[in-house]
Amino acid sequence: MKFQIEDVTVYFPYDHIYPEQYAYMVELKRALDARGHCLLEMPTGTGKTIALLSLITSYTLSKPNNPVKLIYCTRTVHEMEKTLAELKLLHAYQTIHIGDRARILAVGLSSRKNLCVNSRVLAAENRDSVDASCRRLTASWVRAAAVANPNLPTCEFFEEYEKAGSNAVLPPGVYTLQDLRAYGKEKGWCPYFLARHMVQFANVVVYSYQYLLDPKVAGYISKEMQKESVVVFDEAHNIDNVCIEALSVSVRRQTLEGARRNLNKMRQEIEKFKATDAGRLRAEYNRLVEGLAQRGNLPFTDNWLSNPALPDDILKEAVPGNIRRAEHFLHVLRRLVQYLEGRLETDNVEKEGPVGFVASINTHAGIDQKTLKFCYDRLHSLMLTLEITDTDEFLHIQTICDFATLVGTYTRGFSIIIEPFDERMPHIPDPVLQLSCHDASLAIKPVFDRFQSVVITSGTLSPIDLYPRLLNFHPVVSRSFTMSLTRDCICPMVLTRGSDQLPVSTKFDMRSDLGVVRNYGRLLLEMASVVPDGIVCFFVSYSYMDGIVNSWNENGILKEIMQHKLVFIETQDVVETTLALDNYRKACDCGRGAIFFSVARGKVAEGIDFDRHYGRLVIMFGVPFQYTLSKILLARLEYLRDTFQIKEGDFLTFDALRQAAQCVGRVIRSKADYGMMIFADKRYSRHDKRSKLPGWILSHLRDAHLNLSTDMALHIAREFLRKMAQPYDRAGGSGRKTLLSQEDVEKMGDGILNEMQY
Amino acid sequence: MASGHVIKRAKYKTSPKGAGTPGVLKMTENKIMFKPNDPTSASKIDVEFRSIKGYKNTKEGSNNPPLLNLSLEQGGSYIFEFENFLDLQVCREFVGNALTKSGDAAKAKSGDNAKAKSGEAVATSDRSTVTYPDEQLISSAEMELRIKLLRENSELQNLHKKFVLGNILTESEFWATRKKLLDGDSGTKSKQRVGFKSSMILDIKPMTDGRTNKVTFNLTPEIKYQIFALKPAVHRAFLNHVPNKMTEKDFWTKYFRAEYLHSTKNAVAAAAEAAEDEELAIFLKDDDILANAARQKIRRVDPTLDMEADQGDDYMHLPDHGIFRDGSKEITDSQHEQFKRTFLQDLNRQGEVVLEGRTIDVELEDPRTVAEALAQSRQESDENAKQERLDRISRMTEMEDLQAPHDHPLAPLCIKDPRDYFDSQLLKISDDTRAGSEQLRCSLSSEEAYGSLRGSISEIKAMGLSDPVVRPEVAVMVLNGLTQNISSTKFQLGKNAQESILNSLPNTTKEELLHHWISIQELLRHFWSSYPITTSYLYAKVSRVKDAMSKIYPQLEEIKESVPSDLRQQVFLLVRPMHQALDAAFQHYEADLQKRSAKSGEKPNGYV
Repeated sequence: MKFQIEDVTVYFPYDHIYPEQYAYMVELKRALDARGHCLLEMPTGTGKTIALLSLITSYTLSKPNNPVKLIYCTRTVHEMEKTLAELKLLHAYQTIHIGDRARILAVGLSSRKNLCVNSRVLAAENRDSVDASCRRLTASWVRAAAVANPNLPTCEFFEEYEKAGSNAVLPPGVYTLQDLRAYGKEKGWCPYFLARHMVQFANVVVYSYQYLLDPKVAGYISKEMQKESVVVFDEAHNIDNVCIEALSVSVRRQTLEGARRNLNKMRQEIEKFKATDAGRLRAEYNRLVEGLAQRGNLPFTDNWLSNPALPDDILKEAVPGNIRRAEHFLHVLRRLVQYLEGRLETDNVEKEGPVGFVASINTHAGIDQKTLKFCYDRLHSLMLTLEITDTDEFLHIQTICDFATLVGTYTRGFSIIIEPFDERMPHIPDPVLQLSCHDASLAIKPVFDRFQSVVITSGTLSPIDLYPRLLNFHPVVSRSFTMSLTRDCICPMVLTRGSDQLPVSTKFDMRSDLGVVRNYGRLLLEMASVVPDGIVCFFVSYSYMDGIVNSWNENGILKEIMQHKLVFIETQDVVETTLALDNYRKACDCGRGAIFFSVARGKVAEGIDFDRHYGRLVIMFGVPFQYTLSKILLARLEYLRDTFQIKEGDFLTFDALRQAAQCVGRVIRSKADYGMMIFADKRYSRHDKRSKLPGWILSHLRDAHLNLSTDMALHIAREFLRKMAQPYDRAGGSGRKTLLSQEDVEKMGDGILNEMQY
Repeated sequence: MASGHVIKRAKYKTSPKGAGTPGVLKMTENKIMFKPNDPTSASKIDVEFRSIKGYKNTKEGSNNPPLLNLSLEQGGSYIFEFENFLDLQVCREFVGNALTKSGDAAKAKSGDNAKAKSGEAVATSDRSTVTYPDEQLISSAEMELRIKLLRENSELQNLHKKFVLGNILTESEFWATRKKLLDGDSGTKSKQRVGFKSSMILDIKPMTDGRTNKVTFNLTPEIKYQIFALKPAVHRAFLNHVPNKMTEKDFWTKYFRAEYLHSTKNAVAAAAEAAEDEELAIFLKDDDILANAARQKIRRVDPTLDMEADQGDDYMHLPDHGIFRDGSKEITDSQHEQFKRTFLQDLNRQGEVVLEGRTIDVELEDPRTVAEALAQSRQESDENAKQERLDRISRMTEMEDLQAPHDHPLAPLCIKDPRDYFDSQLLKISDDTRAGSEQLRCSLSSEEAYGSLRGSISEIKAMGLSDPVVRPEVAVMVLNGLTQNISSTKFQLGKNAQESILNSLPNTTKEELLHHWISIQELLRHFWSSYPITTSYLYAKVSRVKDAMSKIYPQLEEIKESVPSDLRQQVFLLVRPMHQALDAAFQHYEADLQKRSAKSGEKPNGYV
């Protein structure tokens, strides 16, 4: 359908539109007009992505003089693929209606691991070794050597791509990773470098958060994005965590051991070069004297993870004199490693600010702050000079230098925490020194500064006023949309008591209570016998899930459950979990029905949809609080309290409830879908917890469903499922319209807008 | 059974110890024959399976030669020694099948007798088996199937009653024309296999006697098969080690020892034991076959849930970057990780196996054969479905309720108002089919209907509800009239003018006509299939069928007379083709009879 929002003609690839989608587009359009940032919360299952894509592409079409580029950030690769698939649909629709003018280039960008088509490189086991094997074939010095010696292996795809030169471009269209690989194979061009090259010219770029937020990656991938871009962070409810993780580094014994090995290796290399090619080292020295830490424009392929500090904080100065010579630099690093080793040998937990830590390094190891700050650049330069291709081998020393650079650069928003062992396993010594960032606004600041509009959107951004504080920005639009339902297709319940009427909870003092474990088991068992197809269960942590599944197994509940449905479980092994999910879907498809056990804050909760028959019921066992004894968390809470005046309790509840909402929100994808959500913990019935849930869940949470026991929940479930199985009128019948046709949109206009907001 | 007979070299013996006579053993479906190599030898055998009571054979692996002992009903036995156990195996199976078959047939016979006596309307096969030469023994299974078919299909039952019990057709003749019905049904029946139980890994639980520390595992062939399916590494080990390196019992003991170590969750102890015993280590270590398979499968996985790709894109979590210890990550003891297979992993694996379903089709008695069959099936099943993967992702992205439903070549069925539906259907087809039949169609405009409804409501308001509002008889009549109308318009879809005529007839007449039509069809089929008449049996059959047909002829005339005059024309139209078909049959019969009698001038006694 095609309709008008103020001066923009929106092309929307479906015949109907939800009123909230329309309202969402209107708000988004206003934010774009104002060239400001915005924060939009819209429930899952109301088609955020397509609304967003069609508005922004239509916006560009309406203003051909002033095209905006869309940078769409997703959390996971499969969301990237999904977004691109939706964009493909939209693009096909637009080309049918307005022809060639609608042509765009949209590419997804991922790592070499996901884009490479060279079978020799792909044989490598993990991401880092894929990167390294790629460099081994494509680094500029390798290729230079290969010209002289044709026996040296190079990558034929990259060579072909290079040969094609400026002709190597992607024709307009929408390219998923799969398409990129296929195109690369067909042309014989390297899809990874092709995609990286095309990112500069593409109208739409879809990639992962960290390509913008993590300075290490953003530094070499997103450097050249123009200011007239709209950046979208989808599913952004966890964005603050991503930001703080991007700037955090931890050092363990293994890291230090590895770093020592790396240093030895580098010393050997230096010796070798001294003997054979001393000129090269001298050239590097001279360059450093001239103040060029980076060698200007590096060949595309030589790029390696860049500076961990944010671009504005990197000094554009000459490298200090004491580390200009390679040997000297190695000495400095050696002293640093030694110092860190000393610090790890502690029996108590220590917490320090960066300033104190730097001072202590200065006194004990004689390395000053400025030197620390240049560690990364100096290492980078040295590695290039030494022509090191095995980047995966040198990750340890890289970590140390990242640490040094960060600790030397930032004086606030960070703390250094040294723990001799894990709280939960005090008998196993595993010392770790962590530099943890507490301030999420640091990492995202350059993004807000650099781009015209940044859109932060998700199904759960409640309370919506907290995010601007956490991220320290001023949105021009900040809205939360309700969900217009044709029928009550979601049914949230709070279950506080088990079948024996005793309270259930994962509170610390109750979680190992056998009665609670049994009550949880009975709940799942009863539900498995009435709910068709798929059920998803979320637990508060891996260890809790492991424990509860084992005890269900011991007392026979698991066996009873399995008489109704197959059981699949998320484990810490990604491959295994992926396969388990695949099988789970198969079981739901074939009608056998299955249960998936998963962990809140886990990988599955983050990005996998359990829509339609893949999830008719989701049970959240407990409240997914963070591990409150974690030193890092405590430090962060302290920082938040001091800097933003956010109370610890409030933040913890907010964090737990957004995770819970995120988990249960995975069951619904469209209004034709339906699902139940059970919050199984007595703490959910308390107002201070419950009220932190997003509005679209709260509005369906009836008072009668706030304090249920297993038998009552079972009754409600039966009724609900029976009701949902009936045919219904999709357009929403008499009262409010929940499905608008083109006519309706034209008729109603802005009336929709008022209706859809809270 | 693939082939109807088996031929093997064997030695015939009278006692297990004797030297025996070498020769060739041939078995067909109901006979056993032995021809000695030396034609002069007296030990020639030719017996029917019916006279065999049972059989015994020697087990493979024992010291005895491969012997098969067939004991006779009258006492005594035949003993055959085969060249190898494979031959023995084949013959044993064959004999087993043949024996159960002949046994079944005998049972079926007696069972039928009982039923016939109790007066049930089912097949009576005893008489026919005696009277007619082509009658074969039927198995009880087939018998049951026939009974079931009859029970399910009343039309078939009527026919069966009329012709078979009326002695016009024999049981076998009746069913001979319905072979497909029997085949098709049994074909689908054998295809369905029982899958695995969802909770199969929980079935293998040890039993303790409560006093000592000893535990007992009860292993059934089924469980062994499940273990093989669940754990390819165990399966491979079994193929490699049993029976060359260790006995089966040792193998399983070791396996459960390993399982026990797992269950104690003591990775260190497991590692220590594994270091000492390399066979035990196989069970304790991670399954490398599974790991490889996983790597293969991950490439084919639905991209919308490929979390491995995410990991490949996650530069935030470079080793030691990001937040390391915030309590969300778990601690693992990396040193002995390979010995720490978790219960959760097992659960995932079992789910996978259950979904794959049973892949083999052998008896589960011998673990060795099971293991081999499984190995074969593993090799076979490997193909990919890339396109399907892509289709799925595009299907997933669409929002189903935002767009018009996909076009299906179906008319929308609206239950709210059936008349609208049928009327619209009628309009579509009326041009070509409605020529002959007159249709009573009352169409009211909505105003009229509304007016009448309002009228009656106001009437009720004024007078109250008289009880009953309508007389029941009238109501039934109206209902019948209306439904008939609906169903007749529906039948017009069949594009056959005759049927609509049929529907305008009173129900009794209609049923009678249909019944006669079916009977005539059945009889004609038998009639024509009997030509040319080559045996006296066929001759008898034809005359029987002809008699039956000539009985129907006047009945049809009667129907014609009985219907009211306004419908007579239509009934006449319906009956005419039946009459014509019957006439043609009679004509052919007469002509054939004349030819025959002309010949029979020389042979006065006819065909014998």
